[in-house]
Amino acid sequence: MKSRWQIIVAVLTVMVLLAGCGGQPATSVPAATQAPAQAATQAPTQAPTEAPTQAPAKGPIKIGVLAPLTGTFAANGQDMVKGFQMYWEEVGNKCAGREVQLFIEDTAGEPDVGLNKARLLVEQRQVHMLVGVQKANVGLAVAEYVKTTGTPFFIPVTAADDLTQRNRIPNVIRLAGWSSSSTTHPLGEWAATKKGYKTVVTIAEDYAFGHESVGGFVNTFTDNGGKLLAAIWHPLGNMDFSPYLSQIDNYKPDVVFTQESGGDAVRFLKAWHDMGYDKKYPLLGQQTLTDQSNLRGMGDEALGVITAGHFAEGRDAPETKAFVEKFEKRYGELPSYYAADMYTAAHWLDVAMQKINGNVEDQELLLKTVRETEIPETPMGPVKLDEYGGTIFNVYLRQVEKRPDGKLWNVVIETFPNVSQFYKYNPEEYLKQPVYSRDYLGENWP
Amino acid sequence: MASWWKYGVIVLLLIAAALVPQALPTFWISIATEVLIYGLLAMSVNFLGGYGGLVSLGHAGLFGISAYTVGYLVTRMGVNHYVAFLAGILLTLAVGAIFGGVAIRATGIYFLMITYAEGMVVWGLAYRWAKVTGAENGIRGITRPELFTKGWQYYYVVLVIFVLTIYLMWRVLNSSFGLTLRGIRECEPRMAALGYNVQVHKFLGYMWSAFFAGIAGGLYAYYNRFVSPSTVQLSVSSESVLMMVLGGVGTFFGPLLGSLIIIVGRNMISLYTARWPIIMGTIFVLTVLLAPKGIIGTLSAWWEQRKKVSAGVVEIVEASARKEVGAEGEVRVGTESQS
Repeated sequence: MKSRWQIIVAVLTVMVLLAGCGGQPATSVPAATQAPAQAATQAPTQAPTEAPTQAPAKGPIKIGVLAPLTGTFAANGQDMVKGFQMYWEEVGNKCAGREVQLFIEDTAGEPDVGLNKARLLVEQRQVHMLVGVQKANVGLAVAEYVKTTGTPFFIPVTAADDLTQRNRIPNVIRLAGWSSSSTTHPLGEWAATKKGYKTVVTIAEDYAFGHESVGGFVNTFTDNGGKLLAAIWHPLGNMDFSPYLSQIDNYKPDVVFTQESGGDAVRFLKAWHDMGYDKKYPLLGQQTLTDQSNLRGMGDEALGVITAGHFAEGRDAPETKAFVEKFEKRYGELPSYYAADMYTAAHWLDVAMQKINGNVEDQELLLKTVRETEIPETPMGPVKLDEYGGTIFNVYLRQVEKRPDGKLWNVVIETFPNVSQFYKYNPEEYLKQPVYSRDYLGENWP
Repeated sequence: MASWWKYGVIVLLLIAAALVPQALPTFWISIATEVLIYGLLAMSVNFLGGYGGLVSLGHAGLFGISAYTVGYLVTRMGVNHYVAFLAGILLTLAVGAIFGGVAIRATGIYFLMITYAEGMVVWGLAYRWAKVTGAENGIRGITRPELFTKGWQYYYVVLVIFVLTIYLMWRVLNSSFGLTLRGIRECEPRMAALGYNVQVHKFLGYMWSAFFAGIAGGLYAYYNRFVSPSTVQLSVSSESVLMMVLGGVGTFFGPLLGSLIIIVGRNMISLYTARWPIIMGTIFVLTVLLAPKGIIGTLSAWWEQRKKVSAGVVEIVEASARKEVGAEGEVRVGTESQS
């Protein structure tokens, strides 16, 4: 009997200790992690059931932030939160005289969890808008939910093309965000016209993001006289690239295009370098290949790799330099595009909400104003929205270089200004085609 | 004698469940709906595991087949909601017949492994068969029948179907078939020796369980309006087993209580800390250490014990009052305790 009680006391002590630690991984950012606790303490006092009947334009502006803070994509999610929080800290967590409150929730990278958290934020926390989400499947699930509630939902990171194309929803806006093929469209054209490459082999992760990235490249590459020799697909989280790389030698292409993300990107570049492919074929990539979130774990094998992206931390412009400097000072590392997108989105929201004097209760007005707002200079460059809810931004051709202090970063070697998600195509014609997939890479269109 | 208060408790619970939408804000209505749906799934696992002795780790697969069928038929083919719901259950039964046919050839850990593999087959299909399942992005845009689009309306739909289903489950468990199933759990060779066809009973048990899981899956598709591989992944299967263990293996309402604790707990705890899996894990360790029969199992064992003791006292007092020897009283206590 005594030992049983000892167990209970011991276990309860452990539980209290763990809960007291705020439940955060030791390596994570303090700022990113204090917010949920802070949010939690505030919530019960606000009597959520009574909130809708209260007079508007009083009390704080509540923004729900969804990001994967645990699981495979935790590093990206934490970057997202860092970027978003950094902006609001800079402006003193205030907008148009109202306090700005962030409610940060972890999606764990799972659509069901993300959907549940979105319900919690909208129905329990009564947030005025949702921002964030990293993975496409979580974004799609949450988008489907906000379709029924009308809550403005801003997706700076989720890249699935159809969220602002064939399945667009009026209150879902890709604010300071990108679609998978928006960066590879100009890259394909550049490879065919400027570089004069005639043939390509693509190698990418076998899921929607990979299909769409490759589709964008192949579509414009073949439009300009190039030829796709083979599209190689490998499963997500691939450990050994040698069987896939050796297939390239069967085709002897002029250039290889790749889309890789996360651990795949690190392993791909390592294999590419170690097996001597960097000396055989030129390599072009989607921006995730050398995004700062991956570069932090890479060595010299990444040097010189060329990718197309909508953000380049080494871009020589005052806004980008200032952002990178502030971020590095605050968090001790260079910002990834996850952080830059969320920072820019926060900036964009701030400008738009000031225009309407903080009246975020009027969802239609908020959405309309956000759509009309243009920001001439951000860390990403000039940004504005198209009528489909996609952001028109600069696409940068980036090359990995080593800074004097030894850190790797992406510097701009060429800029394609004001690129829309439809690139040079007519949106209506473009939307009549299916979304890029393994079966449709746009080779024969237009 | 003791049954009137049991019915009283059930009626009270029903009234409480019916009042949920009046008493709680919308978010918690959706949580209550989730509790019922996952509770039904856990009860279907318990039907097979608690009463038939066959613990399955593949029920998320059966659950998912029904959910995916509803999703596919409603969003891609525009099929009537009620037809889609029935089709989901029928397809679950059809696949269940194959899965069950393979799995019941084994028992214990081997049964667990086979059902685990079957669950993974469904997960693999959900993940790779992109044309039908939408791969990682899943099937979105599932609409609810016109009368039940609001959260509280759909809660009542789920509640009614839930009550009808578990009433059916109760009847099945207390039929001669249910008793045979329990007999097989207790001692399979003896049941075979008594002339029961053990394999057929196990197979039918599996099919009933698949039927209940199919109903839960169909309800889930309409509740979530979205189905993706994470609906059918291993953690859904293992969580339904944990709900059963937490509430009490082989107790009728145990899995529902487990579902209530896990789902409400998860949503409450994650308001305060991102580390809720650790706290959940701690609760499970505590359950296994202190109450291996689960909450309801432990409580009813304690209740039985108390009843037995008081009954025994009464018997002995009566016996001595009638000037009979204590020995007879002890015999009576003994028979009582075996019933």
